[in-house]
Amino acid sequence: MERHVHPDLPVEPDEPPRRSRRRFQPAPYLLGAPAILWLAILFIVPLFTMLSLSLQTCDPNTYACTMTWNFGEFGNVISRYSDQLIRSIVYAGAATVIDLVIAFPLAYWIAFYGGRRKNFYLLMLLVPFFVSFVIRTTAWQFLLADQGPILGPLKSLHLLPQNYHVLATWIAVVAGMAYNYLPFTALPLYVALERIDRRVIEAAGDLYSNRTSVFMRVIFPLAIPGIFAAFLLTFVPAAGDFVNASILGGTNNTMIGNVIQQAFLVQNDYPAASALSAILMAAMLIGIFAYSKILGARTIEEYV
Amino acid sequence: MSAAVPAEGEVRDLSVEMPPARGRRRRWTSYILPVYSWLVLIYLLIPIAFMVIYSFNQSHSRLPQVNYKWEGFTTKWYQQWNGIPGLGDAFFLSIKLALATTIVAAIVGTLLALALVKYRFRGKGGVEQTMFTNIAAPEIVLGASLLGFFITLNVDRGFVTLLLAHVMFSIAYVTITVRARLSGYDLNVEWAAQDLGATPWVTFWKVTLPLIYPGIMAGALLAFALSIDDFVTSSFVAGNSTTFPLWVYAAVRVGIPPQVFVLGTVIFTAGVIVAAMNLVSQGRRKRQEEAARKKANEPDESVVDVEAEFNVGVR
Repeated sequence: MERHVHPDLPVEPDEPPRRSRRRFQPAPYLLGAPAILWLAILFIVPLFTMLSLSLQTCDPNTYACTMTWNFGEFGNVISRYSDQLIRSIVYAGAATVIDLVIAFPLAYWIAFYGGRRKNFYLLMLLVPFFVSFVIRTTAWQFLLADQGPILGPLKSLHLLPQNYHVLATWIAVVAGMAYNYLPFTALPLYVALERIDRRVIEAAGDLYSNRTSVFMRVIFPLAIPGIFAAFLLTFVPAAGDFVNASILGGTNNTMIGNVIQQAFLVQNDYPAASALSAILMAAMLIGIFAYSKILGARTIEEYV
Repeated sequence: MSAAVPAEGEVRDLSVEMPPARGRRRRWTSYILPVYSWLVLIYLLIPIAFMVIYSFNQSHSRLPQVNYKWEGFTTKWYQQWNGIPGLGDAFFLSIKLALATTIVAAIVGTLLALALVKYRFRGKGGVEQTMFTNIAAPEIVLGASLLGFFITLNVDRGFVTLLLAHVMFSIAYVTITVRARLSGYDLNVEWAAQDLGATPWVTFWKVTLPLIYPGIMAGALLAFALSIDDFVTSSFVAGNSTTFPLWVYAAVRVGIPPQVFVLGTVIFTAGVIVAAMNLVSQGRRKRQEEAARKKANEPDESVVDVEAEFNVGVR
């Protein structure tokens, strides 16, 4: 085949391979540009706007804000809303632990015994998303009602006292969050377990390891990055949730999400709302940073 | 069937060197995991089943509201689906928004997936970290920061800001889904097409797109589900527009009409049908590919000849 090379250009194979690899390629940037710009302008820039808003002081009447580098706002909101902050951490933590315990065997089963129906099981995990989670949470409100289909029969059998109720307690909030975030826990766990090289497990069997120790000493350690990713992807969104708390939790179980929503949309207290959002975001970034420090920066990309 | 099960157990016992007593006990314990897993999958469907069943529930109160008491079967609410002022508009706004989000996010996300799979480039790690952060970020942070951004820029909130926000949180999901399907395919066929004289444009339409089409469909479906499901981010950037979930949330306090469950059931059914169709076509394709591969491995003279010729040509 004939080569059509401009006489002024150096012929490629004569160049050291390192240089030719470093040559600027426009193609990936052109392909990625729309998505990258979309995320940069509507995800990254607003985060910085939020950070700057949290340091501003706003006029309570006109809502006009000016930058005052008011770092005090952070201490202010932490002390003012400490109850809700603690509740967010405890409730989201409880829901995450419950989800990890529920989801791990399921993810293990799909990854190791799913066979040809793997995609079907994964679809089953995603099917609830076709119903708005406001409706799903509302359905739980009916299901958990004092005389509803779950508590009603138990009460008529006198297994529960007549005045027992779940709604408007922390139990309902944690149960609702555990339900709503279960797929977010199961999917990263599945990815991690699916990726384990089956030959490693065979090798452990060949070396006289029994099933328990194969699981404890081979499968579980290899799944740890997935467990951490699942923790992050469940705990952080759950900590910011306010729908479960407001539909299932009544007035005494408000979380930090409820405060942010109220401050932003009702009280127009932009600095407080921004400071609280920034705290949530910072907690998440610390989690991601800890992940890449402990388990390596490259592994986290595998779960995106 | 019953003869095959002990045989399988025997083989496993030999390889793991288990005492026979444990092998016998495993037979009933081997049902624990599948039964448990199915129970969890069914648990995920409980509130949806409630929604579907109670969309057929009779109601005798003057202002019909969903109630956990079963008062008899009726399809009345399906006939009067548009009987609540505002609900129909909210429903159609959500459908319109979800379709627009799906189209934009599918295109933009697929292009990014192609860039990530086919090229190594400076900033790739940063893009991937941003995607992870975007998925892990609490929705309330996405919504609140966008609202702050729009307020600072003095942008009117409405359909456009909803679309901007929905595409923003869908891109990463689409990219990941498409990329996952892409990495399974041999993209050397693109080089083959270009060696045979296809222009990049023709290569994309005739080779790349048909290969990654199921991945794009899966990503698009996910974007649709995320958009139709979204409440938190929408509540911040919607302005005066009301999407279906926003309408429902506002109605929770006063009691939701049965029509909400009717429309929810309709969206759910449509989504499941499309997802199932995609799953079936994917399965069929996989089987075809496997059959083709099996055929290629069989000693077939014409195939061998072509391969030999091809090798000579390359050398």
